[in-house]
Amino acid sequence: MQFELSGERAQIQDMVRSLARKEFAPKAAEIDEHSRYPDENLSRLAELGLLGMLVPASYGGSETGAVAYAIALEEVARGCASTGVEMAVANMVGETIYRFGSEEQRRRFLADLFSGAGTGAFAITEPSAGSDAFGISTVAVPDGDAYVLNGSKTLITNGSRADVAIVTAVTQKEPEKKISAFLVERGTRGYSSGRPERKMGLRGSDTASLTFEDCRVPKRNRLGEEGEGFRIAMGALDGGRIGIATQAIGIARAAVESAITYARERKQFGQHLSGFQAIQWMLADSATELDAAGLLALRAAYRKETGGSFTREAAVAKVFASEAAYRACHRAVQVYGGYGYMREYPVERHLRDVKVTSIYEGTSEIQRIIIARGLVREGCR
Amino acid sequence: MVFDLTEEQRMIQEMAKSFAQREVLPKAAEMDETGRFPEDLVRQMAELGLMGVAVPEEYGGAGMDNICYAIAMEEIARACASTAVILSVNNSLACDPILSFGSEEQKRKYLVPLASGKHLGCFGLTEPEAGSDAGSQKTTAVRDGSHYVLNGTKNFITNATQADTCVLFAMTDREKKHKGITAFILDMKMQGITVGKKEIKLGICASATASIILEDVKIPAANRLGNEGEGFKIAMRTLDGGRIGIAAQAIGIARASLEDSLAYAKERKQFGQPIANFQAIQWMLADMATEIDAARMLTYRAAWRKDRNLRCTKESSMAKLYASETAMRAGVKGIQIHGGYGYIREYPAERHFRDAKITEIYEGTSEIQRLVIASDLLRD
Repeated sequence: MQFELSGERAQIQDMVRSLARKEFAPKAAEIDEHSRYPDENLSRLAELGLLGMLVPASYGGSETGAVAYAIALEEVARGCASTGVEMAVANMVGETIYRFGSEEQRRRFLADLFSGAGTGAFAITEPSAGSDAFGISTVAVPDGDAYVLNGSKTLITNGSRADVAIVTAVTQKEPEKKISAFLVERGTRGYSSGRPERKMGLRGSDTASLTFEDCRVPKRNRLGEEGEGFRIAMGALDGGRIGIATQAIGIARAAVESAITYARERKQFGQHLSGFQAIQWMLADSATELDAAGLLALRAAYRKETGGSFTREAAVAKVFASEAAYRACHRAVQVYGGYGYMREYPVERHLRDVKVTSIYEGTSEIQRIIIARGLVREGCR
Repeated sequence: MVFDLTEEQRMIQEMAKSFAQREVLPKAAEMDETGRFPEDLVRQMAELGLMGVAVPEEYGGAGMDNICYAIAMEEIARACASTAVILSVNNSLACDPILSFGSEEQKRKYLVPLASGKHLGCFGLTEPEAGSDAGSQKTTAVRDGSHYVLNGTKNFITNATQADTCVLFAMTDREKKHKGITAFILDMKMQGITVGKKEIKLGICASATASIILEDVKIPAANRLGNEGEGFKIAMRTLDGGRIGIAAQAIGIARASLEDSLAYAKERKQFGQPIANFQAIQWMLADMATEIDAARMLTYRAAWRKDRNLRCTKESSMAKLYASETAMRAGVKGIQIHGGYGYIREYPAERHFRDAKITEIYEGTSEIQRLVIASDLLRD
């Protein structure tokens, strides 16, 4: 056990914290208000190598590892949650192509994703397959040198902008259902995307549906082996969940910081709010739970980085962090009172932004299933 | 950041676990029922070096770190919360302040027997009217030449009926309020010390909780721990470490709730299937396990900081607060999973629930922990 950040990681934390504070945070309210995609923030992240943190330099990545990635993402999300999710998706798509892609696919896609020239998406969810990700009905039928895809995906981050989307589709229905993954490129005939969704929070991120109508995807764009798609998707989500845990923590840290500042300034009954135990309790609980969440997220990242199994750790981190972060944001609104409900102050945005972290990349309910199954099967650890 | 246990930490985990499962667990229900103080187990723990885990070997301890201490506490508490608190008080509240603030002579005379388990220690801070407000001590110590004369009453003192040594706090200068408190090392055989009768408690029934009454107790000035007026600081620093022990105790109790519930849920059938198949039960198990993991991370972090002499006041308060409330929630869920059987003494679930409750109270209530954490957050 060692609870100190090493030199390089501490440097990354400092650098990203100051970037997010100076450049992202001041614009976050405007990005939210106008549902504006934070192009300039993504460019900055690309310049600093923060979009390909899990991939070696020979493919354009910065290979800083899962722990540094978790630390950086928390800081970015603290400044702007929408920018945070965009960073998370870029890293996840990049890492998945690196891990499962052929050499040719790596060469073709990765550099653009990391330089910011291209945008990626990860498309599993369908109108009738949310938590039940294996229940997808999009099909891919081999035909000559291509697969013909038919079906639709929904609620896909970067759906309307992605230059390349990792798409899961059924390649065999009987006797045993098999799912494969494909790299579908923008401009492919039969591939279209819907209008960006209007969301409660994360309004700067792009969320849209994808439709495939007799869409021919060249065989060379199949990611991994045929039938390997579900495993690829689940593996990517294990890692993705660490990212979402840290995104949640980042958002909540911003909310708690605002609440502390406000509690020190605001006076009622002749004294600062910070002097009241009712307010102190809320701040103490938020800080305690966020510290615990941070340690759980870093533990999962550490397991991933050192090559251990981390499915359960990632699920524990994700459910704990997203729910702790939600409570912290909720309390922050409460500390602000009526002002907390107003757009003029940032805490209602934090509350809206954080809500999604207990939903996407596996709802809290799915995380609990993963944890409970692990307990029943392998016992406590 | 490294999240693996060291070789030494793994070793003590295995050792403490096997001892706890083999020797402690089979006796836990009986001890709870009869309130018998486990002298036999204390002797065995002394042989294993558990009475002074983080005390250097030269002072009779095992010379390990505070994460090792937390690990040992968790394993013992998993089996029996009463036995664990005896351990915690001796390690954190008796050995640690003498190690940190004692003179070489005091260490030789008092720490060595405590850490090696020849003697048992206790900690006299709480008074009938000084609970959370520990600064408002009424016990007095009046200097009389080369001695101090102590008068007053200490309340709810763990280990009091069995202890040989007590680290005790008294006012040497009432004017200065908490800055007038001084710490002493008492030999419990000293004249004028009376120990009250053992309290009957909701849980941790086998630990011995009693009052200590001091009537003109004359103790040599050489038994003063630290300087005059330093007592409050010594008490607070000591509790920083003690809270790590209680957090670990709470984690052990929570784990007992989880492990017993998990085993029960796999066996118990209703509606034609093991209840572990039902999401309602799975949710409870998943939440217990998740919160235990979180509590353990906070506890190890605090212990890690203590080992490096880094300030760990906020961190140990966070660990204690979160772990104790986790243990309480786990205790409630454990009973619920067991249904009617959870309410019956034949099963351990209700004992875990009763044992868990104290962890939210002693060595600083949850309310005091939140106060400590908030004042750290609000400090500029």
